[in-house]
Amino acid sequence: MTVTSTSRPTPPPPAAAPQEALPTTLRRNAPLVPTDSAASRALAAVIAILTFLAALCAGAAEIVASSADQWQGTVAQEVTIQIRPNPGRDLDADVAKAEALAKATPGIAATRVFSKAEAERLLEPWLGSGLDLSDLPVPRLVTLRLADAGPPDLKPLRAALGEALPGVASLDDHALWLRRLSTMANAFVGVGVGLVALVLVATGLAVVFATRGAMAGNREVVEVLHFVGADDDFIARAFQRRFFRLGLRGGVIGSAAALAAFALAGFVARAWQSGPAGEEIEALFGAFHIGWRGYASVLLIGVIASVVTGIVSRLTVRRFLA
Amino acid sequence: MTDGGSVTDRVNMGSLLSGAEEPVVQFENVGMRYGLGPEVLSDVSFQIAPRSFQFLTGPSGAGKTTLLRLILLSVRPTRGLVSVFGEEVSDISSEALTGLRRRMGVVFQDFRLLDHLTTYENVALPLRVQGRAETSYRAEVVELLRWVGLGERMHVLPPLLSGGEKQRAAIARALIARPELLLADEPTGNVDPGLGRRLLRLFIELNRLGTSVLIATHDFALMDLVDARRLVLGGGRLAVEHP
Repeated sequence: MTVTSTSRPTPPPPAAAPQEALPTTLRRNAPLVPTDSAASRALAAVIAILTFLAALCAGAAEIVASSADQWQGTVAQEVTIQIRPNPGRDLDADVAKAEALAKATPGIAATRVFSKAEAERLLEPWLGSGLDLSDLPVPRLVTLRLADAGPPDLKPLRAALGEALPGVASLDDHALWLRRLSTMANAFVGVGVGLVALVLVATGLAVVFATRGAMAGNREVVEVLHFVGADDDFIARAFQRRFFRLGLRGGVIGSAAALAAFALAGFVARAWQSGPAGEEIEALFGAFHIGWRGYASVLLIGVIASVVTGIVSRLTVRRFLA
Repeated sequence: MTDGGSVTDRVNMGSLLSGAEEPVVQFENVGMRYGLGPEVLSDVSFQIAPRSFQFLTGPSGAGKTTLLRLILLSVRPTRGLVSVFGEEVSDISSEALTGLRRRMGVVFQDFRLLDHLTTYENVALPLRVQGRAETSYRAEVVELLRWVGLGERMHVLPPLLSGGEKQRAAIARALIARPELLLADEPTGNVDPGLGRRLLRLFIELNRLGTSVLIATHDFALMDLVDARRLVLGGGRLAVEHP
């Protein structure tokens, strides 16, 4: 190739030309994939709402689980001996005998005998007050508090009671009740986990639609990125970054709203505590505390929602490009 | 040979192809149709040698853009063989495709600048997608922008650039990664003749530094400025005219 001297291309400007110092970066932090603000806001709102619902489910399941744990802990600490009145027997002597047997059993920390008056008072909620119950054969109770060092073997006590007070005394370790309680609590937690999973799947599907919309809207950008040498993974990562940010925004808003809702519910529950309704609520759910595990799961759901958003958008882009 | 213009003498762009070197682009009996339509290209065979300079010309609708798209691997031929940088492209993997595209620079007729990125960011894009840190290319990009006369416009978004500025930005983006092959589709179509000649010199300079250049144009005045091979498309067939 020969080039005549008159046709030499213009050389670059001489190095001596005054050149201002370059700033440290000339790149703004503009995302490679342009953001359509209306669609982004809508997706962030959807993610926020779904995160909020998932966090509510998780918090409610956590409240039920921890309340059930508490009840179980309290109930499992106690067993009860019931002594039925029997004509021809001295009820007080039977009670004293049962108590003595219980005290002699290892693993029983304390015993408490319910007096006749106390036993009758237990019936008040059902029968009302002011009744003369002296004619009724009201059974007497002895509650036994178990030692903390693990549940003792109650079989010998049960056998001894059967032998000393046949047909009169029975030992109730609440096993049936505990089993039902734990089944119910587990069912609640299972439903909660299922709902959280469903909501996360819904989030993922919303992100799939949004990503496909964004891909279609940015077809030109994707094509140019391909022509300048971007591989599919680079493009997928660009979309992932954008959607992860959106997911994070939605997740943070949803989680914060859920935490606020729990705080508000706790506040309302405390304000109502004095009334009868408050007592019922407190009896059922404790003080509406979701505990550190509850707070952690609410935050975790926010994080999971944003991670799911990022990953799903990346996979969607990869599939779209393939 | 001179065109009598005051700006430039005719440049002789002789081929430097030596027998041992592999062609940058090779077409063998390539046919191309879109869907069930008529063949846009039929039995097209040619080579682009390393460090060569050529024009691709022909009337509008003759298939120039399709031929460029075939080289860019954005469409696959209906029949025939296309090899780019010695690699046959019919069942190329997407990784290899990316690798080949990084060795090419392309200037589109409609520029295809990304409107949401500044001129600087647009020009830096080919380096950014390679995963390079911004510090490693900042000075290089700024230097090229100044060279094409966009030093003052580097923070401007493309919608605010004039046609000529967009064109220069698109050319700078094609050149920034020092491609081995430069494809340009009507690169002087939107600029006045003076700027057109300056841009042509830019391509010639690039060619002197070792890049193969293929310029699609139907501007005969521009082609007459350079003694270069012409690939002439007409009726879907290609004829090679040597100066």
